[in-house]
Amino acid sequence: MRKLLIKNGVVIDPVSKTEVNRDIYIEDGVIKNTAGTKRGISGKDTEVIDASNLLVLPGFIDMHVHLREPGFEYKETIQSGMESAIAGGFTSVCCMPNTNPVNDNKEINTFIINKAKAAGLINLWTIGAISKNNGGVRLSNIAELKESGAVAVSDDGKPVEDSSLMAKALLYAKTFDMPVISHSEDIKLRSKGIMNEGVISLRLGVHGIPRVAEEIAIFRDIRLAGYYNAKIHIAHISTKGSVNIVRQAKKAGINVSAETCPHYFSLTEEALLQYNTNAKINPPLRTKDDINSIKEGLADGTIDVIASDHAPHSEDEKNTTLDEAPFGIIGLETSLALTLRLFHEKTVSMMDIAMLMSLNPAKILNLKGRGGIQNGFTGDITIVDSDKKWFYRKENIKSLSKNSPFIGENFRGKALYTIVGGKVFKL
Amino acid sequence: MSYGKKDLISIRDLTKSDMLYFLETAKEFKKISLKDIKKVPTLRGKTVINLFYEPSTRTKASFEIAQKRLSADSLNIVISQSSVTKGETLSDTVLNLESMKPDAFVVRHYDSGAPYLVSRITNAVTINAGDGINEHPTQCLLDIMTILENKKDINSLKVAIIGDIYHSRVARSDIYGLLKFGANIYLYGPYTLLPKFIEVENNVKVAKSMEEALKDADVIIMLRIQKERMSLNFIPSIEEYRSFFKLTKDLMFLARKDAIVLHPGPVNRDTEISGEIMNSNRSVILKQVENGIAVRMACLYILLGSRSKTI
Repeated sequence: MRKLLIKNGVVIDPVSKTEVNRDIYIEDGVIKNTAGTKRGISGKDTEVIDASNLLVLPGFIDMHVHLREPGFEYKETIQSGMESAIAGGFTSVCCMPNTNPVNDNKEINTFIINKAKAAGLINLWTIGAISKNNGGVRLSNIAELKESGAVAVSDDGKPVEDSSLMAKALLYAKTFDMPVISHSEDIKLRSKGIMNEGVISLRLGVHGIPRVAEEIAIFRDIRLAGYYNAKIHIAHISTKGSVNIVRQAKKAGINVSAETCPHYFSLTEEALLQYNTNAKINPPLRTKDDINSIKEGLADGTIDVIASDHAPHSEDEKNTTLDEAPFGIIGLETSLALTLRLFHEKTVSMMDIAMLMSLNPAKILNLKGRGGIQNGFTGDITIVDSDKKWFYRKENIKSLSKNSPFIGENFRGKALYTIVGGKVFKL
Repeated sequence: MSYGKKDLISIRDLTKSDMLYFLETAKEFKKISLKDIKKVPTLRGKTVINLFYEPSTRTKASFEIAQKRLSADSLNIVISQSSVTKGETLSDTVLNLESMKPDAFVVRHYDSGAPYLVSRITNAVTINAGDGINEHPTQCLLDIMTILENKKDINSLKVAIIGDIYHSRVARSDIYGLLKFGANIYLYGPYTLLPKFIEVENNVKVAKSMEEALKDADVIIMLRIQKERMSLNFIPSIEEYRSFFKLTKDLMFLARKDAIVLHPGPVNRDTEISGEIMNSNRSVILKQVENGIAVRMACLYILLGSRSKTI
């Protein structure tokens, strides 16, 4: 029997909303008697972690990552993606379906799940495609995807352009209580755009992406969800207008949740000066004003989730013009550190972080027994030193790809242990 | 008893006692079909035009046989061989046929509400044999007749209607008819195939699963799923529909022991319903077809001949 005792940490449990100095005991991968009594803990076979002066949080869940297997193993494999996640303090990741072939059927879904299980590292949940081959034309077999282990559906990377298809997807997925995640974008309005349409795109002389391309699509998807009484999760929101639309929809009682990514509250469009392709992302980096709104949204609960949108691309692919380089940056290893900056500047509390990075994703995706530190929950724990100083070096990146605009930055705060079902990864 | 209206277009126009009158009459007519000589002179000299704008096997044959057994002169307009292919409108077609002094039109049309247009143009009786996704009132009557042959009373029975409710005129007529008899109706299917506002009707509930719909059901009405529904993304595939919405023997155990299974036909065997159930004694699908003739004889009799003649 495997036994783990985490001693003297400040345990932050978003389920009970408590933040207390106490011990946690994990037996056979399951959290036991977390009330503070130490019943049943004895013997030398118990592994002990001294968490004095450390924060003990429910294992972080990144509900939006791109592992590139199958199809693009030179960018990232399931194995390397999970190693990157461990380094970042994540006990669970959810991988988007835009692999090659696309995860729109039982066979691919099972392949990914089995491959992850065989790696034996962290939890991986799959997100299946809304439409076959992410083509935006035919609904994929959503019930079959759910039955074979997918926890949500999304065409992430592409929007569902056809409103009728989106309506059908929301209704059909609702039949099986399957969450729908929307990559909201008016792709024709984006057109050839490669960065936020603004002063910087003007000065760089490149095609801009108007912010309304995101906002129009979010508005449509939220209205559809409201009309059909369905549930929707809006991925990677980046603008002030998007935050306002989500806030109003929540006030109106629509069953919407929203996510943002660390780069949207950390960097502005200025990161693209010098034609820096490692800052080319979709949706694009915006302005200071947008960052402030995103922070407000995180603080007041409008935004439910912080996810990395970890999108690995090889150095060769990024070593080109802004126009030609693919969209996307890696994020698993910097997500927590960037979020802790919000903690240090007192925009969010540690309890907020536990919600944004663990409990809320678990709730949105119906992951039972995750997202909290409760008796009977799975022993997924992330132990964090919020003050540990470190420097982000390219050589230390675990991901196969190195496309990050944050390389060379100093950070304060880091995960020291990633514990998955009682299994300890010391960092 | 009597029935005062000129037409039979919507089951919603009938009261419960109207429906009982139709069913009592049908019960009498059912006997005729069991005789050696299956013909009575009741509608001799009456002309009935069957105007079918959509393919139909059961309903068309059923109406035709009903007309023949009542000695009416019937005429089938086969749309594919008619002036409609030359561009004639529905109203012009009916106006022209009206000049030939028919006594009744039996109308099947792909557009909802078409029988009302026919009724406004003609003095003849108009019987709706299915209009678009709207109604199929004679199917409702024969379904209720079949249920009442197996159940003492419909009041408080749990009726599960499963499948493509949205496109089903049978479901709509059955719902409105059965509600008047006090049934508790549970609908289930992919939510893409459930009409959005259906729960405004009292005693109509959209179930959250096959299990909820079937649990302790007294009557199960399965509906046909059409392959064409894939093209507009109502369902992703027939294979997936089969896996998640087919009535199987295992699911039948959830229903009451004496539950009966209906289907308006044509059936996609082993797509919406397992062949095993169709072949079992729980299925009353062929009884429905048998009762269809009696019900249509009753409708023709009541609408065309009841004022002057007796059976």
